[in-house]
This record gives sequence, C-alpha cells and structure tokens, in this order.
Amino acid sequence: MLTNRSKQVVKREMTWFEKAYFPAILSGLSITIKHFFMKKATVKYPEVKREFAPVYRGQHVLKRDESGAERCTACGLCAVACPAEAITMTANERKKGEENLYREEKYASVYEINMLRCIFCGLCEEACPKEAIFLTDRIVPSTFERDEFIYGKDKLVEPIDQRVDVSKRQTPAVLEFKKDKHFKHNKTYLDKMLGKAKKH
Amino acid sequence: MDPLLIKAIIVLIIFAITLLVATYSTWGERKVAAFLQDRVGPNRAGPGGLLQPLADAVKMFMKEEIIPSVSNKWLFILGPCISMLTALMTGVVIPWGGDITLGGQTFNLQIVDLNIGILYLFGVVSLGVYGIMIGGWASNNKYSLLGAIRASSQMISYEIAMGLAIIALVMTTGTLSLKEIVQQQDAGFANIVYQPLGFVIFLICAFAETNRAPFDLPECETELIGGYHTEYSSMKLGFFLFAEYINMFISSAVIVSFYFGGYNFPFQHELGLEGNWLTIVQTIVFFMKVLGFVFFFFWVRWTLPRFRYDQLMNLGWKVLLPLALVNIFITGLTMWFLGKI
Repeated sequence: MLTNRSKQVVKREMTWFEKAYFPAILSGLSITIKHFFMKKATVKYPEVKREFAPVYRGQHVLKRDESGAERCTACGLCAVACPAEAITMTANERKKGEENLYREEKYASVYEINMLRCIFCGLCEEACPKEAIFLTDRIVPSTFERDEFIYGKDKLVEPIDQRVDVSKRQTPAVLEFKKDKHFKHNKTYLDKMLGKAKKH
Repeated sequence: MDPLLIKAIIVLIIFAITLLVATYSTWGERKVAAFLQDRVGPNRAGPGGLLQPLADAVKMFMKEEIIPSVSNKWLFILGPCISMLTALMTGVVIPWGGDITLGGQTFNLQIVDLNIGILYLFGVVSLGVYGIMIGGWASNNKYSLLGAIRASSQMISYEIAMGLAIIALVMTTGTLSLKEIVQQQDAGFANIVYQPLGFVIFLICAFAETNRAPFDLPECETELIGGYHTEYSSMKLGFFLFAEYINMFISSAVIVSFYFGGYNFPFQHELGLEGNWLTIVQTIVFFMKVLGFVFFFFWVRWTLPRFRYDQLMNLGWKVLLPLALVNIFITGLTMWFLGKI
C-alpha cells in the first residue's frame, strides 16, 4: 500500500477465450520475438568496461600532500568512525630529517585495513581531519588467502610517482562540509581545492 | 557409377548434414536463447562463437566417464546408443530433394522411398522412447527412473494424437509414402491448407515427442536434476543431448514434408530452372523451411514455461485426442460431400 502499486488479485474461472491458450501463447511469442531484435544489455567485459558512478566507493588510498609527504597523522578517528572495525594502526613519532616523509609530527608506522571487514561506507573518509584517506574507484581484487585481504601501508599509500585521483570524491558539497569543521591546518589545501571547484 | 555406391554416398552426405545441423543447433539454441533474453550468447570461441560446438565436443569427450557401480552396465551403455540410433534412422525416408542427374543416370535425393514411409517413421519414433527408458532404468537412481517413467508415458500418450492427426492427412492424400505426399503438394496447395487443425495437433505432439519445452518433463532440471540423464556424464550424456537436437531437426523436416510442401515452393516451375539446378534450389528451400521450424522450436522453448504433469496428461488425452478424432470426422465428412470417397 505504501508504494500504491499493489494490485487486487481476482481469482475467477477463465473464460473460454483464455482457456483456449492459443491467444496467450501467441502474445507470449510476440513478446519474446520483440526482444530478439532489441538492443542487447550485455557489456562485453574485458573489451568494454562499465563506467563507475562518480560517487563509487572502492579500495582506499592514503594520500600524500603536494610535496610527497604522507598526510596521515595516526589520530585514529577513522578507526573510531569505522562501523565494521576494519581499520587498525600504530602511531609513531617523526624523527628529525623525516619531514619530507611525514607531514605531521606523528605518523602511522602501521596502517592496516581488513578488506574483508570493510563495508566501503566511506565514514573513515568523512572522519579524517587531514584529508588523508579516500575511497577510490578501484576494485579490491580477489585472492585465495584471507590474510592477503589485510592491506598494509604498502598497498594503501599512494606511490609518489603514481598519484591517485580522488577529485571525484571531493565534490563542492563535500568540501563545504569539510570546511565547516574549521581545521586550520587544512585551510590552505581546502581553499585551493575550493577555488578549483568554483572554476569548473 | 554403381547405383549402390551413389546411394551410399547420399546416405553419408545426409548423415553428415544431419550431424552438422544438430551440432550447430546447440550453438543456435544458445544464441537464440540469448537474443530472446537481451543477451548476446556465446561469442568467445571463433567469430560469433561459431567454434563453440567444437569446444563443447572437446569438453564432452575429455570429461571423466562415470558408470555408477549400482547401475546395470550394459543397459546403461545401451540407453544413449538407442537414442542416437533411432534419432538418425528417421532421416531415411525424408525426401530431401527431387531427382539429380549425374553422368546420364538419375538419382533421387531420398535415401529410400518406402511405400509405408509414414508407418516406418512412427515405428522408429516410438522406438526412441526405449533409449530414454532403458537409460533411466539402468541408472538405478530414483530421479532417473521418474524421468524415464515420465518420458515413456508422455511419448505413448502423444503418439496417439499424433497418429490420429496423420490419419486425417493420409485420408486426404491417399498414400503412406512421403515422396508422394510431397509431390502431391507440388500440383496443389500445401497440405496445411487442407489440414490446419491436423497441423496444429501434429506440431504440439512433435514438441512432446522430442521432449522439448514446454513438454520437457522427462529431463526437467528443476525437479528431477536432469531426469533420465542424471547419472550420465561425458559423451554418453552428449549422445542423449545430441539425439534431442537430431530429433528436433528430423521432426522439423517431417512437419515441412507433411504440411508445408516439402521441397516445393510457390512458382518453382516459372523460374525457368531445369533439372539439377531446380533440385539444388529446391533442396536449399527445403533446408530453409526446416531451419525455420528449428528456430520455432527454440523460440517456443524460451517463451513458454513447462507444463505440470497432470496438465500434460489432460492436454494429451482430453484435448488433443478428441480434437484429432473430430479432425478425422470433419475430414471424412468434407471428402464425402465433395464426392472424393
């Protein structure tokens, strides 16, 4: 009743016309032959790939900043926000001379996401104050062993020479939302991104 | 050349063509099924998936051959053999084309012109049930047995209506030879004009006899896990499936010969073709008609759901049998009024 699409079913004797079956069979045959000439729904996979939705949430990436230092400061907000408890990390202090590697004074020496637990909801991304973790349009590949699904920093942190594009996840609405949190250290980055978004 | 040698060559050619058509029916079936469901079907092996039957055959041959330890071994092997044999034997009496002249000698494209062709056809078709019955029985499996029981009762029930539909046809044509039936349709109209009701009954019974949907109860996957061929694997399973496709091809050929003018087509004598050329064109036309019916078999399979068993029996005994009798009565009455008897 909620959808207003419910139909009252009537159980009655079939008329002679309906009992003859042939009209029904012919109409069925005409329906199927129409489908014979219709456009096919098949996507021939390896040659043609179906495009993801712009908001598709796939495998995570740990972003680096413009100079190539890891943005994550191991605050643990993503782990707290995660409803599936898929994220775990170990924090460590940045040594002298490692400024080009890690952006903040504290960094995650171990950062693991269990891809079998993860439900790809994107709450980690929402919780992150450092714009460090994003979900991308990459698919988590299948493997034979369970422990291979626990992704460490080797798989999560983006390589310096192969940056992962996450601009699809940074829609103006998202940036506006992030701006409301007033994280001072992100101000410059956000302003830059917002300026870019406005130009589009 | 020796007439016997020529006959042997014709037999071989028809044998090969029957097998080829049956092989590519599997491909055609999958393609038609896919197209009717808005898919594209097999398209990986060769262009358009044309090599798919070859790949299937390789698969069938390479699979492990399992003979259940509790089965009756010889009957288990005999089942698919009988199915295949009877399926191939029916092609003998079908007139595939007219006369062909080679080096001054005239040969007919029919293998044997039996004067009791229709009776032979029915005899062989009713033998076909033994393959399924023996196979299902020898498997020593309750699902196979259920499938075999269904197959035998279904085939026997529908053979009656089928035979009665043909009796009306024999009344109008006055012959049991398939060649004569086809030649009569050259002079007059195709038999479907005289026997529309008989054609419909025969068509429905042909579906039931070949165990095709919506009458595929003997092998219904959802209830009987494959029915009579549950225990079969490897090429023995392949034989059962193959026999079904051959049966479909042959019964299409029979329907075309009986009701759709066989190898004749309208205005064939006005084309100015003579002798061999006319025969070749006629044979091509015949095959096109047959393939049209094979397509119809596919089309129906992927449109109609399967009957329930009591519905199947009701249709056979309470609808088709009385209709066939009425058809004979009407035919006789009409012929009496027209003064033909």
